[in-house]
Amino acid sequence: MALALIQEAAEPVRRRRRNGRGHNRVAWLFVAPFVVLFLVFTAGPVLLSLFMGFTDIHSSDLQTPFAVNLVGLANYAALFADPGFLRSILNTLYFVVIGVPLTAGIGLLLAIVLDTGINRLKGTFRVAFYAPVITNIVSVAIIWQYAFNVSGPINQALATIGLAGPNWLGDERLAMPVVILLGVWHNFGTAMVLFLAGLQTVPADVYEAASLDGAGSWRKLRSITIPMLRPTTLLVSVLITVFYLQVFDEPYLVTDGGPLGSTQSMALYTYHKFGFGDYGMASASSYVLVVVVAVFSVIQFRSLRSKV
Amino acid sequence: MTSLTHSAAHPVATQRERTLHPAPVATYVLLTAAGLVTLVPFAWVFLGAFRSTDEIRANPGSWIPTDPTFDNFVRLFRDNGFAGYLGNSLLVAAMMVLGNLIFASMAGYALAKLRFTGKKLVFGAVMAALMVPFAATFVPQFVVTVNLGLVDTLPGIALPTIVLPIAVFIMRQFAESVPDDLFEAARIDGAGELRIFVKIFLPLTGPALATQAIMTMLFSWNSFIWPLVVAQSDSTYTLPVGLAAASRQAHLTDYGLLLAGAVVVMLPVLVLFLLLQKYFIQGIAATGIK
Repeated sequence: MALALIQEAAEPVRRRRRNGRGHNRVAWLFVAPFVVLFLVFTAGPVLLSLFMGFTDIHSSDLQTPFAVNLVGLANYAALFADPGFLRSILNTLYFVVIGVPLTAGIGLLLAIVLDTGINRLKGTFRVAFYAPVITNIVSVAIIWQYAFNVSGPINQALATIGLAGPNWLGDERLAMPVVILLGVWHNFGTAMVLFLAGLQTVPADVYEAASLDGAGSWRKLRSITIPMLRPTTLLVSVLITVFYLQVFDEPYLVTDGGPLGSTQSMALYTYHKFGFGDYGMASASSYVLVVVVAVFSVIQFRSLRSKV
Repeated sequence: MTSLTHSAAHPVATQRERTLHPAPVATYVLLTAAGLVTLVPFAWVFLGAFRSTDEIRANPGSWIPTDPTFDNFVRLFRDNGFAGYLGNSLLVAAMMVLGNLIFASMAGYALAKLRFTGKKLVFGAVMAALMVPFAATFVPQFVVTVNLGLVDTLPGIALPTIVLPIAVFIMRQFAESVPDDLFEAARIDGAGELRIFVKIFLPLTGPALATQAIMTMLFSWNSFIWPLVVAQSDSTYTLPVGLAAASRQAHLTDYGLLLAGAVVVMLPVLVLFLLLQKYFIQGIAATGIK
């Protein structure tokens, strides 16, 4: 008791000493590398990007990024008048609306089966399902292009059962599903690992109680596992949504946005404008994406906080 | 009588066994099917890399190399610059891993264990950096990199990610879990903060540093869009950028070469993953999808 009082009385002194100038300086030295890089490569660029979106900056103005003409909302007006940009928004939403449920759904299914269904080979299956996540996307895209080529293995397999395979990557309607499939194959392992972590939070005694009450495995899945996983499901869905909204690698590598812009995502549209040297338009289009992602990030932050 | 009850009891037992464990058979079928879908592309690429392009073109549906050859790999390294790309990828990864081990640990430690003015602001910056979409910043980042004179250089590729916000976050989480008493005792003994960090904190962080180093390595090895933007010439291409360029030049006609390239790019990470999967899974559980 007395000891506690003494410690409490001593506390302000210690706090004051720790708040001393010298301590501040050391702490700031510790965080300085992060802070400098954050200012130069994150905070600075976010502001610079906003500014550049209102200018006519081109690749020829690289050395003098501030000596450019202000053009007001001209870039944004041009953007929303460009059918290519509008299509890239729709393509991005297409990728999200189909890709997120597939990725999360497959991840959830495999996590539940791995966690509750089996004991043997659990580790082996987990490694197999996780392998695509760590595999370089450029390598996978090459496999995809090879597999879905007109005369590739998939069409060869279809031919053996008497079906004429389509030109997957050359068809406006088929290219996007193939690109989405690549995204799902590449990412469902992440969803699975997050769901596996979520399943660990479901207490075992709830299942035991349900078993004693005579609940079967299907009933337990429907009435315990799925409801208890709701926070994880929300988290995973939002994480993947924010990730897929920025999709670039898959369409860039497999189709480069083609055919006829049918797989061009918003990030790829920005990259193409950047490639043409039109940094003003590139910045403006990237800011539209920022707004979209920001909305979802706020939802993500809220859902995370409500979970804690 | 006994034989009758015996034979009658037997089917009942098997039936009960089956109703008790109907799942495993279906479960293993499902898992094996999913495992095949996952692993078939790997089998394709690893087998295809040892087939000559002529052989693949003559028979694209086949799997097994009829006449296995290392020719694709030889051409890759001898004629197509992959030795250089490999060296670049390794150098960039080394810079990033080293940078994050030192600087992200320092920042994470300070955010967890030191009190200073502006601490909340710095932590806010870490969270903000985690959420800013890369597509939003790569154009101005490129402008900054050009003006720093770092465009088309390996340091230019590594620099923006040499202190990853997610690494700072992981190290902060870890540092929070270390009891304050250890540091307080050293402080009372008059040890300086840098000394406490090096002598007391770092030796405790083995597993966290290992997870962090592996995640950074993975991030660096697989990062694509930023190296694609900064590397302007053959001499600074990393492996993924070099492979993507080769796939565009070859217009996917030289399958053998490209499949061998895909193997070279994916193999190091796959091997590391098989050896150190515990750290990988921990890392992904801690970092989500970033």
